[in-house]
Amino acid sequence: MAHGTLVRLGAVLVCVAIVVAAIGFASTTVRAAKATLNVYTAVEADDLKKYAARFNEDHPDIEIKWVRDSTGVITAKLLAEKANPQADVIWGLAATSLLVLKPDGMLVPYAPKGLERLDTQFRDKDNPPAWVGMDAWVAALCFNTVEAQKKNLPKPASWKDLIKPVYKGTIVMPNPASSGTGFLDVTSWLQLFGEAEGWKYMDALHQNIGVYTHSGSKPCTMAGAGEYPIGVSFEFRAARQKRQGAPIDIVFPSEGSGWDMEATAIVKGTKNLESARTLLDWSVSDKAMKLYNEGYAVVAISKMSKPIEFLPDNMLQHMIKNDFQWAAVNRAKILTEWEKRYGAKSEPKK
Amino acid sequence: MRAFIGVIGLYLVVALALPLGLMLGKSLQGSRDEFVGLANYIRYFSTPALFQSIGNSLWIAILSTAITVPAAFAYAYALTRTRMPLRGLFKTTALVPILVPSLLPGLALVYLFGNQGLIKGLLLGHGIYGPIGIVMAEAFTTFPHALLIILAALALADARLYEAAVALRASPARIFWTVTLPGARYGLISATFVVFTTVITDFGAPKVIGGQYNVLATDVYKQVIGQQNFQMGAVVSVILLIPAILAFVVDRAVRRRQVALLSARAVPYEPTPTRGLDLAMLAYCTVIGMAILSIVAVSQFAALVKFFPYNLTLTWAHYDFDTKGGGGWASYSNSIRLALLTGAVGTVIVFAGAYLVEKARGFALGRALFHFLAMLPMAVPGLVLGLAYIFFFNAPANPLNVLYRTMTILVVNTVVHFYTVGHLTALTALRQMDPEFETVSASLKQPFYRTFWRVTVPVCLPSTLDIAIYMFVNAMTTVSGVVFIYGPTTELASISVLNMDDTGEIASAAAMAMMIFYTNVAARGLHLILARWLEHRTQAWRRR
Repeated sequence: MAHGTLVRLGAVLVCVAIVVAAIGFASTTVRAAKATLNVYTAVEADDLKKYAARFNEDHPDIEIKWVRDSTGVITAKLLAEKANPQADVIWGLAATSLLVLKPDGMLVPYAPKGLERLDTQFRDKDNPPAWVGMDAWVAALCFNTVEAQKKNLPKPASWKDLIKPVYKGTIVMPNPASSGTGFLDVTSWLQLFGEAEGWKYMDALHQNIGVYTHSGSKPCTMAGAGEYPIGVSFEFRAARQKRQGAPIDIVFPSEGSGWDMEATAIVKGTKNLESARTLLDWSVSDKAMKLYNEGYAVVAISKMSKPIEFLPDNMLQHMIKNDFQWAAVNRAKILTEWEKRYGAKSEPKK
Repeated sequence: MRAFIGVIGLYLVVALALPLGLMLGKSLQGSRDEFVGLANYIRYFSTPALFQSIGNSLWIAILSTAITVPAAFAYAYALTRTRMPLRGLFKTTALVPILVPSLLPGLALVYLFGNQGLIKGLLLGHGIYGPIGIVMAEAFTTFPHALLIILAALALADARLYEAAVALRASPARIFWTVTLPGARYGLISATFVVFTTVITDFGAPKVIGGQYNVLATDVYKQVIGQQNFQMGAVVSVILLIPAILAFVVDRAVRRRQVALLSARAVPYEPTPTRGLDLAMLAYCTVIGMAILSIVAVSQFAALVKFFPYNLTLTWAHYDFDTKGGGGWASYSNSIRLALLTGAVGTVIVFAGAYLVEKARGFALGRALFHFLAMLPMAVPGLVLGLAYIFFFNAPANPLNVLYRTMTILVVNTVVHFYTVGHLTALTALRQMDPEFETVSASLKQPFYRTFWRVTVPVCLPSTLDIAIYMFVNAMTTVSGVVFIYGPTTELASISVLNMDDTGEIASAAAMAMMIFYTNVAARGLHLILARWLEHRTQAWRRR
């Protein structure tokens, strides 16, 4: 009897273990006949099916398995997996993130076919390049017209406008220590105004900030929902908010905007180097550029860029001359300074 | 017996201690994995922007605990010690917060109290972004956690104590202070530490609604996700572990004085109707219940309107998840699979583990160590645990690396992440059983597993079911623990909530969060039916 109970108890445990193992392995052992690429990306989640489908029109024999998350999470994941990389290709991650991965020797340099057609600023400087660009996203202001009218706020036209006292407590921007978009804002001001003037500008801007967010999209979403009238965000999110019905104007400050690009690279350690190269070749093709252009106003072959709804035609001229290398090298220093100035006195404004 | 402790102990070592040790070791390393001693700690404590978060975190945690634990105790008291009507309904309502993803209270509080909030006037001009918002969200989230533990402590009481007190003409107030409260003392202390450490480690609420109010958990996020500085992230994680270690020490000290309330001769207590008290408690529970439900209701509302606050016409468009990304409906079914597995596997492991800690004899050091490991997950932020899993399970030298990016690893991670509350629930239930049961069966020469199977499991069955449902719903809602380790075929609904919120599809995020909620409600309904049937079958001894 006692023995029977023990057996039953043991049997339950074994069953449970088998079920878990079976389900676990079921999801790993399914192997299709065609080549599979694990592709890490920060591209908008709803665009992924479209990206894979377009690629498969030309290369039906390569299946893409996406791992998609925000820029920060994907970058952290890639770095943490360094000892045993799981990704074959990175397709659609910020160039500033790839600049972090490159010195660690995590990328396989490769010159995709047609590389020479890309604008020089849209590729890694080395030959062959460690990564190649896809498209740019550009800093922009989301300005809520409904709330502005209620509060009698004039529409800002420049970065310098934002430090006027009238905007006190009305601006949201991403925290550069949490968000790549926040960091590109800060580095753009330091490049535009010079280091000393740039920090002085941020000191003044800090007085007008209602709240700092942890995500680069959030400020525009919040502006769209009227939580705060002005969001420092980027053009892609702004256009999308507007399409969804947010009562916002999209402002490109007259001094020019900071920007970053989405880029593609092969991850060192891939067992599918041939397929990975095929994907990279395709990622700079005309067809791919047209695909990127459906969401982004400026693509890596800039003369192919077609205007996007709600965005100006001359986007390229709004983009500052951005020194990514300088920003990457000085990142820790800039963030420490930023945190020292604005992070520590982070009491919420009444 | 030792073998059993060994097996379950091994699970905690492999799934918790080793990955965590590896991760925390990073706090002593430089960016090229070289050993740098305490350099990172020195940098931490010489950077005001970093160490000031300690004070902020403590303040938030103390405030949330001071609000939540007494509130949960009063609520639990109403449910167990009065004849207030609708007790079943109120218990269900109070558990609603554990049925929703942790991002939802943050989203909902913005809809309620944000600058466009429906009832922002209630804040008297204060902003919701910051400590106020964090504390409100944390009180909402932790309330049921505290309630479950206190309920377990109040569920069993010896009627003879109350009869004696009444016979001695003690006033109801005196009975409360001298019988009820001391009886629940252990549950209250456990609840305090659970709430405190949950708040300290939670990053969901501060991220969504904390504005720039820095706390330790968002610092981990900033270091790891924002700056990919794993070393500094590890330093902050080590500092976050301190409350857990304190909790463990205090817990040990208190436990030494804990006496079993339900002796083998005990008579179950059943409260008698008291009109005034019952009505007062009804009013109190209604207020709490309404507050909880309004958070959920406003989320559902937000998920159905076109564009809050400017276009309030109703639409189903936000439910079209396959066009919003974040894994679409497939992620939803993955989540259900994860939740079922976690509920089944987790309950067996947790309950068996708690039994061995509490009832086994000898091998004291092993049991103490086991108990420590069981208390630890509460204090480990999910992000840290998830990241630790990458380092440990993805290491080329680890034979377990075949598990990486499978459903199995998600289950292992989720069971560990939510181990502590299950463990405490099981312990609280087990502690109320007189050790005489074991002594008697030992003297009858019965093996321990027989007592376990014949006496312990049936007596504790309601608590066991509570653990199973707790594991299920947390597996549905968890984000931070799994965000690093899901793979291309194992996207989860809760992660898609996070991603949709991040990209501004807030209404869709709310819609998916509500799908998770309804799933958990259904699971909870099944649980209630099952519990009632089991109670009928096995708990007849509780009635006279």
